[in-house]
Amino acid sequence: MAVTHGTSGADDPVAVVRLEGIEKSFFGVPVLRGVDLLLHAGEVHALVGENGAGKSTLLKVLAGVHRPDSGRIVVRDEEVSFTAPRDAQAAGIAIIHQEFTLLEHRTVAENVFLGREPVRRGQVDRRAMETQTRQLLDWLGEDGIEPGTEVARLSVARKQVVEIVKALSADAKVLAMDEPTAALADNEVELLYGLVRRLRDRGIAILYVSHRMREVFDLSSRITVLKDGAFVTCVPTADLDTDQVVRHMVGRPLEALYPERTSVPGAVRIALRGAGNERVRNLTFDVRAGEIVGLAGLQGSGRSAIARAIWGVEPFTTGTVELDGVPTRVTGPRTAVRKGIGYVTEDRKGEGLALRQSVRDNTLLVRRAACRGAAARQAADLTRLLGAVGVVARGPHQEVRYLSGGNQQKVVLGKWLAVRPRVLIVDEPTRGVDVGAKQTLYRLLRDLADDGMAILMISSELPELIGMSDRILVMHEGALAGVLPGGADEEAVMGLATGHQPGAVA
Amino acid sequence: MSAVRERARGRSDVPPRTRTFVITPVLVVYLALAVLLVVGSVLVGVHGGVLLDHGGILNILTRGTVLGLVAIGQTLVIVTGSLDLSVAYLVGLCSLVAAETMAGSPAMIVPGVLAALVVAAVVGLVNGLVITVLKANAFIATLGVALVLRGYLEHNYTGPAGSVPRAFQHIGYDRIGPVPVAALLMLLLAAAAWWYLRRTRTGYHMYAVGGDVDVARLSGVRTGRTIVTAHVLCAVMAGLAGVFLAGRLGSGAPYVGTDAGYDLESIAAVVLGGTALAGGRGGVAGTIGGVLILSTLDTIFDDLGLDSFFKDVVRGVVLIVAVALYARRRAARRST
Repeated sequence: MAVTHGTSGADDPVAVVRLEGIEKSFFGVPVLRGVDLLLHAGEVHALVGENGAGKSTLLKVLAGVHRPDSGRIVVRDEEVSFTAPRDAQAAGIAIIHQEFTLLEHRTVAENVFLGREPVRRGQVDRRAMETQTRQLLDWLGEDGIEPGTEVARLSVARKQVVEIVKALSADAKVLAMDEPTAALADNEVELLYGLVRRLRDRGIAILYVSHRMREVFDLSSRITVLKDGAFVTCVPTADLDTDQVVRHMVGRPLEALYPERTSVPGAVRIALRGAGNERVRNLTFDVRAGEIVGLAGLQGSGRSAIARAIWGVEPFTTGTVELDGVPTRVTGPRTAVRKGIGYVTEDRKGEGLALRQSVRDNTLLVRRAACRGAAARQAADLTRLLGAVGVVARGPHQEVRYLSGGNQQKVVLGKWLAVRPRVLIVDEPTRGVDVGAKQTLYRLLRDLADDGMAILMISSELPELIGMSDRILVMHEGALAGVLPGGADEEAVMGLATGHQPGAVA
Repeated sequence: MSAVRERARGRSDVPPRTRTFVITPVLVVYLALAVLLVVGSVLVGVHGGVLLDHGGILNILTRGTVLGLVAIGQTLVIVTGSLDLSVAYLVGLCSLVAAETMAGSPAMIVPGVLAALVVAAVVGLVNGLVITVLKANAFIATLGVALVLRGYLEHNYTGPAGSVPRAFQHIGYDRIGPVPVAALLMLLLAAAAWWYLRRTRTGYHMYAVGGDVDVARLSGVRTGRTIVTAHVLCAVMAGLAGVFLAGRLGSGAPYVGTDAGYDLESIAAVVLGGTALAGGRGGVAGTIGGVLILSTLDTIFDDLGLDSFFKDVVRGVVLIVAVALYARRRAARRST
């Protein structure tokens, strides 16, 4: 009950779930050390903390996946003990995981009622399933989704809606959302905001886990901060600003998030001259050694298409590409690697890492594929590489899927450093990564540039793009809309990216 | 503003209403079967015979009956994301159990059938438990059980054993016109399995477990129970195949299942029928199509008098082409 002092606004809020003194250890390592959490009906409650602070574990305790070693879970004034996800569901608690729990090849209704299919006269009552699904979708104001559609045909944002409907159909009163925007495109985030607010207005308690401070401040009414598995504070959002929250999370004042631009641009590493293909056209720009060039633009503007073209996945069909002044044709990823181009993809888990393989194997993946005779130096090199990128793992043999997002991304970077590329393309380098690890990654990228690498950085987080880049290229509908200096303001970038006057779009 | 955008997005999400006619894998299988029957008829005709005469139809359906029974069961486990490599030995074992229990006495027909099915169910239960409780990979688990069954058969039998009373042998030979009664029973069971997969809760859960075990578990599906159920049903279908073969042969035969290669053959039929080997999609209707394609191919080859090497090559090519086509379709759909 130590947390109630922070309650604000609403008169006599109803406590739906109360966690008290939750403790949990894995193999003797304490992950949660006496965490308190109080959720009210009809509030959006943000849960923040660095990766490894225990947010996911707390969610899993709430979801009945893990049993706490000690502490109490109280649902509507009744102490409960969950032994399986089923129990938590029955108590009205639902978790929207980062990875969707949907079956791609089943329909919306079949997914919504999975595990709880209504049965009539010995067979599943499909009509009832579809009607109830439609009712829930209408209730949420999401009438564009057909209950009979195969989930594979829906966009990511709509899959998330289905996921939420699935939780609601189980009569959820508490919805815990784990990084709900991680998989969404920029324009879909706004739709999610609307949905979250509608859920809140309908009396659902929402526990919102996110790294993105902007979302936390846009949506939540209270914030609970965890650090190293311990409860730090729970405060009304209105009483805090971003810096204070970050300070609570990190436990120390964060010196400037973005490293200083120290490097002096050198020779041109990569030059595009009128390059284009189906998705992008007439691109002319250089990236110099020592430079970090940001690539801004809305989703679908051709940002990633440039990366994919340079890297030979969908090569340019017109114009030329010069590497260190030499005209080069890159026809596939393998040539790209051999020519000294590295590509940290946007989809870390799908394209960046072999999740079930070890840190070691992932780090050496590119080198083993592209180089010969390097085997002899592997062992000594590996330690140096992992040290250079600062991976925190139990050892080189740990499977990467057990690492946090930030550490996984460091392994991806290490994988590329192993072949010392001349040009490094990074696509959304800090997605799903906590503030502390972000800072390390920024530092790392800047150091690489200082060492003479040319870095092309794609990001939809404007502050990061503006804070990191020496120059910013802005894309609009497949063409270059303009170039801005580093430190330009967000409005200028958005103005170019939307093809409107600066300031037309917030 | 956002509502407008949402409407607009809706259009791109949902396929246009006008295209109600969808080419499903099942349709493709039966089209392929039709084409095969036409081409086969022409080829056999050129060779001076008739493919679809009384004997031809009888031949196709008889061949298809046993494979069909085994493949129906195999469909259930494959949809669930599992696999059963022990069915071939199980067919042999159950033919023996049935024939030895009956021992020529008409009074023992029912106990014989029941005994065989109970043995089958137990083997299926073992398969399912090894996979769910011991967490062994299905491929290895059922291969292991297959080896155990082989050991038992090799140690105890050298050839046919037991005897099936005349009354029960009718099941193997009775027919209505050119259609064997047993084939009708098989189709009836196929219909029942179709209903089971598409209409019952357990059927839904089989698709869910095959689609993604973790998703199913997190959604509250009892995944272990679902997998075990699929394996028991699969084994019982193999048991029925064994019983039927005992009736047809007049006695039990230890290698009647393995000689025909029902383990791999049934998997081939399932895959040919458009069921994903990884599970989660497909169904019995396609499988029956796959079975009929395989048995029609065999009948055509027999009519043409081709040697068995050529036969196997063609079967292999057909299977690979089918799977490659499904993979292409899936890739094409994903990229749109």
